[in-house]
Amino acid sequence: MKIWKKSLLAAAVLACAAGGYAEEAEPAVTAADAMFTANNVWMMVSIFLVFVMHLGFATVETGLTRAKNTVNILFKNTAIVAIGLLTYALIGFNLMYPGDFSIAGIFGFAGFGVAAPEGAAGLIDYAGGAYSYWTDFLFQGMFAATAATIVSGAVAERIKLPSFLIFSAIYVALIYPFVGSWVWGGGWLAEKNFHDFAGSTLVHSVGGWGALASIMLLGPRLGKYVNGQIKAIPGHNMPLLTIGVFLLWLGWFGFNGGSVLSGDPGGVSFVLVTTSMAAAAGIIGSMIATWSIQKKPDLTMVLNGCLAGLVGITAGADVVSVSASIIIGLICGAVAVVSVMMFDKLKLDDPVGATTVHLVCGILGTLFVGVFSPDYSLGVQALGVLAYGAVCFPAAFIIMLILKVTLGIRVSEEEEMKGLDIGEHGMEAYSGFQIFTNS
Amino acid sequence: MKLIIAYIQPDKLTAVKQALYEKEVFKMSVTNALGCGQQKGYHETYRGADIEVNLLKKVRVEIAVNADYVEPTIDAIISGARTGNIGDGKIFVQNLEECIRIRTGEKGEDAVG
Repeated sequence: MKIWKKSLLAAAVLACAAGGYAEEAEPAVTAADAMFTANNVWMMVSIFLVFVMHLGFATVETGLTRAKNTVNILFKNTAIVAIGLLTYALIGFNLMYPGDFSIAGIFGFAGFGVAAPEGAAGLIDYAGGAYSYWTDFLFQGMFAATAATIVSGAVAERIKLPSFLIFSAIYVALIYPFVGSWVWGGGWLAEKNFHDFAGSTLVHSVGGWGALASIMLLGPRLGKYVNGQIKAIPGHNMPLLTIGVFLLWLGWFGFNGGSVLSGDPGGVSFVLVTTSMAAAAGIIGSMIATWSIQKKPDLTMVLNGCLAGLVGITAGADVVSVSASIIIGLICGAVAVVSVMMFDKLKLDDPVGATTVHLVCGILGTLFVGVFSPDYSLGVQALGVLAYGAVCFPAAFIIMLILKVTLGIRVSEEEEMKGLDIGEHGMEAYSGFQIFTNS
Repeated sequence: MKLIIAYIQPDKLTAVKQALYEKEVFKMSVTNALGCGQQKGYHETYRGADIEVNLLKKVRVEIAVNADYVEPTIDAIISGARTGNIGDGKIFVQNLEECIRIRTGEKGEDAVG
């Protein structure tokens, strides 16, 4: 009863305030205000779209791995979102966008935590009417979490959960924003006119380098390479994989479309077209490759090819032509198929193809900007790729190596055979269903 | 009393049940099984690697019968399951020492029914 009275009172106060507001403020909405609102709404929609990519990653990784490791995969994907967002609020945002660099163009840190500038400075004046401070923070925070998620699939089915979480936290809190500041934070690579529109290098290859270093130290899953032969370890759910890839494609509309950093109709719609063309061409490119190399077309390869096209276009979605976006998609899709097989030949076991999709195609996409856009040089694009590799790979390698000699990074053979769901979590994903212990 | 165990192709289960029904054999147990014989398995591929699948999906049908039902049961299984191709399956016939119906405590041929 008390609560009811209180809310009635609150409603009355609100009604008075609204009445007062309507009387005075009618002509105050300017065209700039309206544009600010429209821009900001699109940026927030993009946040939602990038957010849903985490569900896409979770289902892709679940689909491509065995039933006995499903809880573990889902747990990692859940924890990563939390770690990514929280560390980005604590350190990442101000490390990636320091404003002033303390070591010219290379390192800057604007302090712990996030705080919006007072009044209009955090709103309409923050980015010239394109978005507010908080929109900026959350959009970039969602990106940070995706970089960490990339590693999760590559190391699936054999990594110790605590070691993975520690690795992810350090990598996403320090390495991702540190190197990110070089371009998006206005650092030395931005000054050299290096172009990475939405993060083929800054997000995908950063995750990819982390994945590569991790699987090198971790070793292949038991039964993957036996007596010099490559054995297949089939994933257990193709429908979940497919749902995930379509969710990721949907999310990419925000990943790339939001990276226009305003609701600019021409810019956003063009980016959505190049993004979709590359995804479609990635499917066709990988379909041609898998059908001609293998006897029958492999669904998992074609879905990887779709993601490969998307990663490939991410660097140049705003500056390459539509026909170039199709070529980029076709090449990245085809290369993805060959690359998955190449990593297997090198005995680098990556159950979901993260190194292929995010590292190989992230590098390709970055280089293609220099090939297909007259405004950017291939040399500078290559320099950027090398610079990121030179920092991210060793950094990931060292973090993993320290974990390997201290906590250990790999579960016991017995646990790996029984499944990480029981070993790491003491629970099953499909309780009540009969799952053969080898799958 | 005999225990007849047949391994058949899963897609022939309906035909076998129909044929048994026509011979008035109504009691059976059916389980999923994995196995291989002359058929030796088949190939799958996954992300560029070959998979030898040598254990094939089969269905195991168990039927306990009295002596005069042995031949009709075998005939029915064959008529339902046979295609003439490798992989049609096998039928094993064993002596059955004892049979007890849990509900009534009946034993022997009465319990087989």
